[in-house]
Amino acid sequence: MSTLAFEIPYWGQSLLRVLGGIVAVLLPAGTIVYVFLFKMMSFMQSRLGPMEAGPYGSMQLLAEVGKWMQKEDLIPENADAKIYKIAPVIVLLSTFLLVVVVPFGPDAWFTNFQAGVFYALAIGSVSVIGILVAGWSSANKYSLLGGLRAAGQLIAYELPMVLAVVGVVIQAGSMNLQQIVVAQNTFEIFGWNGLGMPFVVTQFVGFLIFMIAVQAELTQAPFDMPIAESELVSGYMTEYSGFRFLIFFIGEFATAGVFAFIASVLFLGGWGIPFSWFGWETVDDVDDWMNIAGPGIMFAKMMLLVGIIMWVRFSYPRFREDQLQRFAWKVLIPISLLNIAVTAILKVAF
Amino acid sequence: MTMLNERQQLSYIAAQAADARLNVELETEGMTLNIGPQHPATHGTLRIIARLDGEQVIWAEPVAGYMHRGYEKLTEVRTFPQVTTLINRIDWLGSFANEVPFILAAEQLMDIEAPPRAQYIRTIMFELSRIANVSLFLGDLGVQLGAITPVFMAFRDREYVLNLIEGATGGRFHPNFDRIGGLKDDLPKGWIDETKQVMKKLRQFCDEIEDLLFGNEIFQSRTRGVGIIPADIAKSYGMSGANLRASGVDWDLRRDQSLPMAWDKADFKVWTHPDGDSWARCWVRLQETREATKIVDQLVDSIPSGPVMAKVPRIIKVPEGEAWVSTENPLGEMGYYVVSKGDLGPFRVKIRSASFNNISITPWVLKGVYVPDIITILASLYFILGDIDR
Repeated sequence: MSTLAFEIPYWGQSLLRVLGGIVAVLLPAGTIVYVFLFKMMSFMQSRLGPMEAGPYGSMQLLAEVGKWMQKEDLIPENADAKIYKIAPVIVLLSTFLLVVVVPFGPDAWFTNFQAGVFYALAIGSVSVIGILVAGWSSANKYSLLGGLRAAGQLIAYELPMVLAVVGVVIQAGSMNLQQIVVAQNTFEIFGWNGLGMPFVVTQFVGFLIFMIAVQAELTQAPFDMPIAESELVSGYMTEYSGFRFLIFFIGEFATAGVFAFIASVLFLGGWGIPFSWFGWETVDDVDDWMNIAGPGIMFAKMMLLVGIIMWVRFSYPRFREDQLQRFAWKVLIPISLLNIAVTAILKVAF
Repeated sequence: MTMLNERQQLSYIAAQAADARLNVELETEGMTLNIGPQHPATHGTLRIIARLDGEQVIWAEPVAGYMHRGYEKLTEVRTFPQVTTLINRIDWLGSFANEVPFILAAEQLMDIEAPPRAQYIRTIMFELSRIANVSLFLGDLGVQLGAITPVFMAFRDREYVLNLIEGATGGRFHPNFDRIGGLKDDLPKGWIDETKQVMKKLRQFCDEIEDLLFGNEIFQSRTRGVGIIPADIAKSYGMSGANLRASGVDWDLRRDQSLPMAWDKADFKVWTHPDGDSWARCWVRLQETREATKIVDQLVDSIPSGPVMAKVPRIIKVPEGEAWVSTENPLGEMGYYVVSKGDLGPFRVKIRSASFNNISITPWVLKGVYVPDIITILASLYFILGDIDR
């Protein structure tokens, strides 16, 4: 870790962090929507997608945002107006709270929190509250069904997600996300340190379980029953319009981006490149330019993971609610418990 | 008491238990969910009233009639040639197939028969409209279950079939090509070669759908064992078409009755499935699309030459009498009972459309299922709103 040539005052640091947080949430969200939702989905479905707004339709997202902003903000007559208005904000807020523990470089982090993994997993489930109150306060039966489904689903998949991360924590020996990144880039595979040791190699089962749970947490198909457009119209979002729907929409893809950030930190080595390439020993030796390159590496890994999530989303039909629960409780949780046991035994053995 | 299989018994018990919980034990209020008339899954304006306990349906009833257009009455103020324009719009995805039974009934009353070439072309167009209809079902099935990609593949390949229909008739959706005594026109030049290529593409499309959708574990777990309709129940509700064949009843009007059409000249297999669940209904339709492409291939090879129009008076007056003709349409049995009093137009027409009977089983089959299964079962029963309400 290096020191800067000049000292940034505290207010300046805070401002930078807030700006960085907004960029770290909104930039991935916009990129995901354009690259995957607009273009990849279109190409998979033998069509072109948006082509008119800007070169190759790249300004389409701005056009959509403009459209949503100028739409009327409808509130159903019987809705619980206050809660109805707050709900989308809660969902988006949980995303912003989530991104603060993600490290983007040796010094490029928002807060270097010792129990970072714990915090991330706890805050990640705050969005359930937003979704549940959105479903309840809309005074719509479809919304209610969607909200209840979402609550059941998110709680069920929270568990395998936590349990999948436990393996990583055991291996890295730390709950600090920065430490986990460093561990992956300094560990050796049987004495060979050419690649570091991304935990996706040793924790492959955990990685799979984590990604499945993320898919469910993000309510993307095949786990999109809370929205289920062919059954519940649009689930908990049915009554929302205008910029409140926009907030939900941004929240959906921003959360996808942030969860992919966390997955890449936990399993793919995060911002780091194997330290042995440049002869770094600890995180303090890492050169300054990694603070610029790190976010780029993170972004690339995020796009890779979100690409997989979206690929699955566009090609799979959805589960039924009871099948989903059965899958979580009877398949994912036992496997992740087994994974923890095996990891712990091997950790002691080696 | 009809024979129930084990799964139906279990779901019936579950429904009873749900009812008991609802009324006695906890005294919770059930929720009545109106699925439709405006709902993404109802292909138009069907309304299903479902009483729910949690997500389980304990009672359901379809409400049809939001799109009633009074076709039976409208035919009474049309002349016979004008009626085909109207009845095109009953099942709008397989329009040509709607015209055929009515024209056949009128021909039967007038005691004329279309020349062989016209019969062949009629059969080819009939099967093309079946392909256009069912291929859209195969794509839409994915949307109903949450997979968005298959429907675009269906639209892409269905376009080729619609182009064929347009090439021959001039109309993509509503060809209005059938005439009493034959057809409006002969086939255009080069149409037969193009048809063969398109049929090849459609068989590829069927393979694609089979890989993408039918081979998917989630699709199988959503459809297998869901919405089982035993054969005798299906018969007693008057179901027809692929829905009946999926319950194991080997019944196909193309093969089982002799009409002045060319089906007996083609060699095709009538697929049945013993299970009677949603999976079976979808699978039978997939196989039928394949068979239809084979029928078209065989018929365009052996199409005879000659006129496409029999000798018919310029002003068509159908002699007094009554006739009933039904054919195996894409959705099931479609029939017209035509009563003529010797006028320019029919005195009374009764239209028997397949979807109305197919959808009438919903109160029986939806009992005890979960909300997502409502959509699966409705999708697999495959109805067109115009065909229900007429």
